[in-house]
Amino acid sequence: MLAEKVEELSGENLYACYQCGKCSAGCPMAEMMDFLPNQVILLILRGDEGVIDSKTPWICAQCYQCGTRCPKNVDITKIMEALRAIKLRKNIDHLKINKLKKLPQIAVVSATRKYTG
Amino acid sequence: MKIAYYPGCTLKTDAKNFENATINLFKKLGVELIELKKWYCCGTVYSLTKDNLMYRLAAIRNLIKAKEEGYDKITTLCSICYNTLKQANEMARNDREAMDKINSFMEEEIDYDGSVEIIHPLEILKNMEDKIRENVKKPLNKKYASYYGCLLLRPKNIAIDEFENPSIMERMLEACGGKLINFPLKNECCGSYTVVEDKNAVVERCYRIISNAKINGADAIITSCPLCHFNLSEIQEEIKKCYTTFTGLPVLYFTEVMLEALEG
Ligand code: SF4
Ligand code: SF4
Repeated sequence: MLAEKVEELSGENLYACYQCGKCSAGCPMAEMMDFLPNQVILLILRGDEGVIDSKTPWICAQCYQCGTRCPKNVDITKIMEALRAIKLRKNIDHLKINKLKKLPQIAVVSATRKYTG
Repeated sequence: MKIAYYPGCTLKTDAKNFENATINLFKKLGVELIELKKWYCCGTVYSLTKDNLMYRLAAIRNLIKAKEEGYDKITTLCSICYNTLKQANEMARNDREAMDKINSFMEEEIDYDGSVEIIHPLEILKNMEDKIRENVKKPLNKKYASYYGCLLLRPKNIAIDEFENPSIMERMLEACGGKLINFPLKNECCGSYTVVEDKNAVVERCYRIISNAKINGADAIITSCPLCHFNLSEIQEEIKKCYTTFTGLPVLYFTEVMLEALEG
């Protein structure tokens, strides 16, 4: 079950969310996402595995804006990490190494942390 | 006064100017930053999966090193290092089960219990406001937008200031004579490490942030994070390709600007 897996990996209660949309309203990366943060929760609860292959978990910048503003204390940052982990742990990396150009260490190490298993 | 200092990877390379400016600024204010004799990369972004503690070992090991070298307090400049060390330390203080596992895994080290305190340079400077004022030789005469980004303010339990409306950086620059503009996007993320994967996402973020600072009258953006600095400055050429009327702003570290005022 996708919802159980995500809850286990993130430690968050998906059922606490009441779909107010506050997380998505404040998410700086929302316009680049195919599903908004609150929609991601809904899709997981519906058992829609497609959410794992969506752009959203990878475009999330782990900025913690969503979770700090959530009236129900749902930390979506952790839910995004759980979705990434499900894929990375199947040994499917997300990083396209050929895109690396002149970048500071901090960006490269962060990206390998978030995009490779 | 002496205080232990954890640099992290980028402060020794891309952001060497940030490290130098900070060490010199503190020296002028009578504080010596002493680099830990032994330290490792903290692993950058804090890992959030519940079941994988391996990713948190690097941060904990650094805190153990600080303790072994006799310190109960360390400072670190980079926002990502600050966030990661501080969150790992919160885990050490509050998650007994996780720490038992980590401590038993690291047989070679002393057990760690969260007793080292991580303090950001802005928090140290906050208590020296009068001294800063007294030492200003050439007051700053520009209008600044102080940009915090995400990791100094969130999650809430590690925030250096009010997470929705911080003012600590403004206060330091004001003490040096600078004028600060109202800047609603000061705590919005610049896109962080997604620059590696999706440059366009960061182009859009930084366009929004810089334009917002400009509309509000800033002459420069001030930051404390090497990754924010990279995104906000290096990406400006890319922004110009997408938005032809965009002109950009200089991006500086807070200690660079403060040192300028104190050196005269
Ligand atoms: S802010 Fe919280 S409660 Fe509202 S939609 Fe987002 S996760 Fe659900
Ligand atoms: S942590 Fe991710 S999902 Fe949450 S606000 Fe930031 S970018 Fe959006």
